[in-house]
Amino acid sequence: MSLGARHIEQAGIPTVVVGSARDIVEECGVPRFLFVDFPLGNPCGKPYDVEMQTSIVDLALELVEKAFVPRTTVQAPFVWDDQDDNWRDRFMHVGDDNRAALAEAGAKRRELQEQLRGN
Amino acid sequence: MSPQQRTHRSFVSYIDKSRRYYNAHGYDTPYQWATHNEAPFTPLTKPLSQCKVGLVTTSYFLPEGFVYRIPSDLPRLPYVESIHATDNLNNEHLSWAKDETHTNDRETFLPLARLQQAAEDGRIGSVSDRFYGLPTQFSHRQTLRRDAPRVLNWLQEDDVDVALLVPL
Repeated sequence: MSLGARHIEQAGIPTVVVGSARDIVEECGVPRFLFVDFPLGNPCGKPYDVEMQTSIVDLALELVEKAFVPRTTVQAPFVWDDQDDNWRDRFMHVGDDNRAALAEAGAKRRELQEQLRGN
Repeated sequence: MSPQQRTHRSFVSYIDKSRRYYNAHGYDTPYQWATHNEAPFTPLTKPLSQCKVGLVTTSYFLPEGFVYRIPSDLPRLPYVESIHATDNLNNEHLSWAKDETHTNDRETFLPLARLQQAAEDGRIGSVSDRFYGLPTQFSHRQTLRRDAPRVLNWLQEDDVDVALLVPL
């Protein structure tokens, strides 16, 4: 998506990316980025929270108006869960407790892909 | 507001996480993420209240009867659809935090209603009648040479002034 934003901007249409994968977007380098520090899946706000969603969209629009240089990042002022920050570690967790299971899942996936390619 | 104290960065590094995760699955060659020293910039040339805004998503748009077997089955080509035809949007096979949340509320990733309200409030001029799909393509070459140009073409066809891109 970041490459898409760059291409569209280069062609003369201002863009803003609203997302939750800060490192991916910033490494690529986009004109404007509204970073929403949530688990992946709800970059425009929590489900059914119209007030928050409105605020996030408004921030994105304001960023289009006010950014004056590329690679401008604004972080939205929302916290996913102020009692539990562990969602950061839970996503794509790799540890001694699941390493063997992940290796097995990968092997099965490759086996299935080979079978289907053979058909 | 009391400061928190951490020994590590708080925001998630998906580049590092995904590399470790797929390595644990037995994929030894790490994905190479796009990185640049510069970025383009086009200022607004007219007030936002006169601008048509278009939404770009990474969600899949699956045909009726689609059956998923392996990742290569998924239709990764860009697409353009009416904003009134969002029922076929599908995030099931995208990588997001399925243990933490859901995407049943379309506005969390495709905020069409929020943009419509912004238009009614005069914040923006209008919302494009179409939304634009740019599913994640892991080939930078295909993204730059085929997919992004197609989306750009549709945005230009629709006279979109500002593009809001929401990667899931």
